Amino acid sequence: MTYTADKPALAPSSDELRARIPGWGADLDPKDRPAVPRERFDRAASGAHWDFPDRQPEKEPRERSIEHGMLPPVFGTSVPLRGASGALRRYAYARYSEGRAAHWLLLVLADRVDAWESHLASLATLRPDNPITQTGVLSEVRHHPLASRRGTRVDRSHTWMDPVLVAGPWALVGGTAVLAVRRVLGRGSRRRR
Amino acid sequence: MKAMVYRGPYKIRVEEKPEPIIEHPNDAIVKVTLAAICGSDLHLYHGMMPDTRVGMTFGHEFIGVVERVGPSVQNLQPGDRVMVPFNVYCGSCYFCARGLYANCHNVNPNATAVGGIYGYSYTCGGYDGGQAEYVRVPFADVGPARIPDWMSDEDAVLLTDAMSTGYFGAQLGDIVEGDTVVVFGAGPVGLYAARSAWLMGAGRVIVVDHLEYRLEKARTWAFAETRNFAEYDDIVVELKRSTGHLGADVAIDAVGAEADGNFLQHVTAAKLKLQGGSPIALNWAIDGVRKGGTISVMGAYGPIFSAVKFGDAMNKGLTLRMNQCPVKRQWPRLFEHIRNGYLSPSEIVTHRFPLEHIAEGYHTFSAKLDGCIKTLIVP
Ligand SMILES: [Zn+2]
Ligand SMILES: [Zn+2]
Repeated sequence: MTYTADKPALAPSSDELRARIPGWGADLDPKDRPAVPRERFDRAASGAHWDFPDRQPEKEPRERSIEHGMLPPVFGTSVPLRGASGALRRYAYARYSEGRAAHWLLLVLADRVDAWESHLASLATLRPDNPITQTGVLSEVRHHPLASRRGTRVDRSHTWMDPVLVAGPWALVGGTAVLAVRRVLGRGSRRRR
Repeated sequence: MKAMVYRGPYKIRVEEKPEPIIEHPNDAIVKVTLAAICGSDLHLYHGMMPDTRVGMTFGHEFIGVVERVGPSVQNLQPGDRVMVPFNVYCGSCYFCARGLYANCHNVNPNATAVGGIYGYSYTCGGYDGGQAEYVRVPFADVGPARIPDWMSDEDAVLLTDAMSTGYFGAQLGDIVEGDTVVVFGAGPVGLYAARSAWLMGAGRVIVVDHLEYRLEKARTWAFAETRNFAEYDDIVVELKRSTGHLGADVAIDAVGAEADGNFLQHVTAAKLKLQGGSPIALNWAIDGVRKGGTISVMGAYGPIFSAVKFGDAMNKGLTLRMNQCPVKRQWPRLFEHIRNGYLSPSEIVTHRFPLEHIAEGYHTFSAKLDGCIKTLIVP
């Protein structure tokens, strides 16, 4: 038992398991396991019929990791760089390798700036951001919000942070705006007096 | 077309977006017929993955029908029903030529440490995902496969990531007959890993989580023993006690970046984004496994550093094996297992939301409401 040579005999026998569990032992032999060995050189296995792929046209300058020797031939074009967040991201890619904390921390900062820019910009559209519908909290009503949270869930210790993280920035902007307006109005009325 | 769009942490909505176009001769445009929300989508949703841009469409688990193909596509035609691995990969680079499809070097300008993934931030290449009506699928001759006639749509969509990744996680554990395998996390991938561990000859499978309804599924569906870590003062001691104080032979981390159970670790990672992931499950794995044992990691972590108990891993002589799953390599074998009735991925699906209500789908899954295990999205 652990302090001697034999393994503690706690598992059921293989025969017992084979009888009880569908497919038990079907892949006992590592040769039947699909990604064993991990690296297997075979040019033809993937279906690629090129040595190097055609190059996707680079319609606007594409940011890339400085650990790359060149722009890879294929890339995503979901949301090109734009605004202040774009400038931060461009700098993070151009200046720091993936090995540097500054690279990732700048990208995380840019993500927060991006959300801010986008929330503000949305206020000028016909469809401003709506934290109620976009967070999906309305689904709580139909999905047993109280019963689901009973029991041993450990996330209860920090669930309270979620609304603060989501609504906090909105409250902050709202509060600042109210203060600013009051200040301007206050100054005006004082002058009038 | 309609597509799910990210608006900032915890906020998404459905927008009208231009349909994707052929940007490369080997692209295909696929009309999505079924998609899923993955546990790792929650890392994006919570704003944890660097360079996730407002306006991106998530979704790396999807199947559909080929709508159009680029001029160099040979293996697919419009009208084909296809399942698409979550990996975007070229099939011909140094890594792809060796079967490391998740680590392709030709599809991601933004990072050399990460391959390409649909709908998974610019750090994973800047591709839009499949929680939409249409999606651009690069390297159509390499990634997608026709869905076999006998396979259900739900099984097919679950094979594009969760089922394949769970099986891959068990495989990374190098399980030998009679091994005790501990699986951290009873989400979809953890449940699949537990089921797969038996196929590889495990003698005991122990699943650890804190959500009782998921542990129930682990007992009834994955035939596993379970431990609710919230009920123990110290889950590592409990794991030692349960294994005659030897420790498990293999530990599988199917939790990743948002692991819970240690307030400081979870909050610094998941809320304050100061770690690449909260390595609570990984640290329990390191301490709960026996000396000389193997740790398999396919729970997703971000690229920022994490506070891992590396000294224990070194002193115990552990083997740490990990990767994103090269999905298409798993498929031939997994198709056989599904046909033989050894695996039945769709049995863990609990919720199906129409694309228009995807914000509610994300919230229900993220807040673990209503016994939610796996959520599908129907465009
Ligand atoms: Zn996934
Ligand atoms: Zn490649």
